Amino acid sequence: MTVLVLADHDGAAINQPTRSAVAAAGKLGEVHLLVIGPEAVAASGAKLGGVAKVLHAPAEHLLAEPAAALIQSLAGNYTHLLAPGSALGKNVMPRVAALLDVQPISDISGVVDADTFVRPIYAGNALATVQSSDAVKVITVRAASFDPVAAEGGSAAVEAAQAAADPGVSTFVGAELVKSERPELTAARIVVSGGRAMGSAENFHLLEGIADKLGAAVGASRAAVDAGYAPNDQQVGQTGKIVAPELYIAFGISGAIQHLAGMKDSKVIVAVNKDEEAPIFQVADYGLVGDIFKIIPEIEAELNK
Amino acid sequence: MKLLVPVKRVVDYNVKVRVRPDGTGVETANVKMSMNPFDEIAVEEAVRLKEKGVATEVVAVSIGPSQAQEQIRTALAMGADRGILVEAEGVVEPIAVAKILKAIVAKEGPQLVIMGKQAIDDDMNATGQMLAALLGWGQGTFANKVEIADGAANVTREVDGGVETVRLVLPAVVTTDLRLNEPRYASLPNIMKARKKPIETVKPADLGVDTTPRLKVIKVEEPPKRQAGVKVGSAAELVSKLRTEAKVI
Repeated sequence: MTVLVLADHDGAAINQPTRSAVAAAGKLGEVHLLVIGPEAVAASGAKLGGVAKVLHAPAEHLLAEPAAALIQSLAGNYTHLLAPGSALGKNVMPRVAALLDVQPISDISGVVDADTFVRPIYAGNALATVQSSDAVKVITVRAASFDPVAAEGGSAAVEAAQAAADPGVSTFVGAELVKSERPELTAARIVVSGGRAMGSAENFHLLEGIADKLGAAVGASRAAVDAGYAPNDQQVGQTGKIVAPELYIAFGISGAIQHLAGMKDSKVIVAVNKDEEAPIFQVADYGLVGDIFKIIPEIEAELNK
Repeated sequence: MKLLVPVKRVVDYNVKVRVRPDGTGVETANVKMSMNPFDEIAVEEAVRLKEKGVATEVVAVSIGPSQAQEQIRTALAMGADRGILVEAEGVVEPIAVAKILKAIVAKEGPQLVIMGKQAIDDDMNATGQMLAALLGWGQGTFANKVEIADGAANVTREVDGGVETVRLVLPAVVTTDLRLNEPRYASLPNIMKARKKPIETVKPADLGVDTTPRLKVIKVEEPPKRQAGVKVGSAAELVSKLRTEAKVI
């Protein structure tokens, strides 16, 4: 069995969710990586552990329509087509699946065998084991559920992929990306998150003191994002990012089902909330009831000791 | 132009779902059902485009049991003009839904299909992309802004590092993210008026679509439960426990 993994990247290097998808693919067979983007990304893909071959298609922007046409043209050589369950993978893979007339399997958290996979449904409140009867399996992978392969050490050959015809129905206009010095949310070992109780965008920055001391990424609940306290790419939850860090600290987050879906697989969960009935305390390993504005500086001071 | 808005009947997002003891699925009998929240956002966007004079007619379509009529009525009360119910029992997977919608698009000729980015029951996030593929149309997924001008849709999309904008030649498919808009509540007079708006009923077979699932559900189970945690009394105790007991900092 040979598996093709679509790489997600930042224009320079392969990202961590892709390395998790390669790890999932490794359970199924020989792994080939498809890089649509600059040459440098293909070179970074060739170094990944467990990748046997890199297919490189040069492109400035990764639009779903031409990308899906390209993957469709390569599909005949593969039993499984995988991508990370990132915004990119979710955008492209269902389109590929429809072109191949198969039902995609979204956001898998486990591989049982070549046809059978585990995936969370109902915001992670149930786990479904599903068996596909399709000839080719089209899958996106939940990054938090698979340990990523090593970023260095591999030496796969890079081959040029024959570009398929662009359907010409879409063009890239522009992007506004949020600049951050902190680790990427989905890859961070520690995540410090704030909710509506943070009260304002200025107050939200209070979390950065703790995040900097711990080398943590900053996350947010939907309420905090909707209120404009934090940008939407920081949202943790069913409709935002799924994280499973070693330590997740939730400040002023009540713990709605939607939010828990995005973080309840974290190894250690800490909740700080003034409402001792908040549902977040039901999943927290350590809970502290009190005013976050008093406790945040106290924790920061303790971390300095 | 005409807009098509698919809506799904799902377990209400406030319900804490329970897995059936026999592991065949989650309990859906006697559970509150509602319109999928992302679909409400899609209906709202379609109605706003009509109010701006960009769209002339909004057609709401739902695929599911006969009770899915309630969700179509909700869409009609929000401002959709008429409904289509594709009556189907059991699980209809995104691939079958996409094929049904393709057949309806062929009949109705909309210039834009606006739908939710994912349903909160199966969490697939696939149907819009699949419909766009089957039609050979462009797709604007996870939209937080949609502007229609000069035969094209400029769609600003929520992506992992921020937002990006794509320009799609119409006709096209757009899927909605949470921040696209704030859906309106249907007023009582509009709910009454919606009762008089027409709903046409068809079957998947009438549209030539086989809805047999491709994915066999082997089992559905509860996720592993977390151990109950402890409450600590102070920030100092918390940090010390994280250092010495949990050893994560």
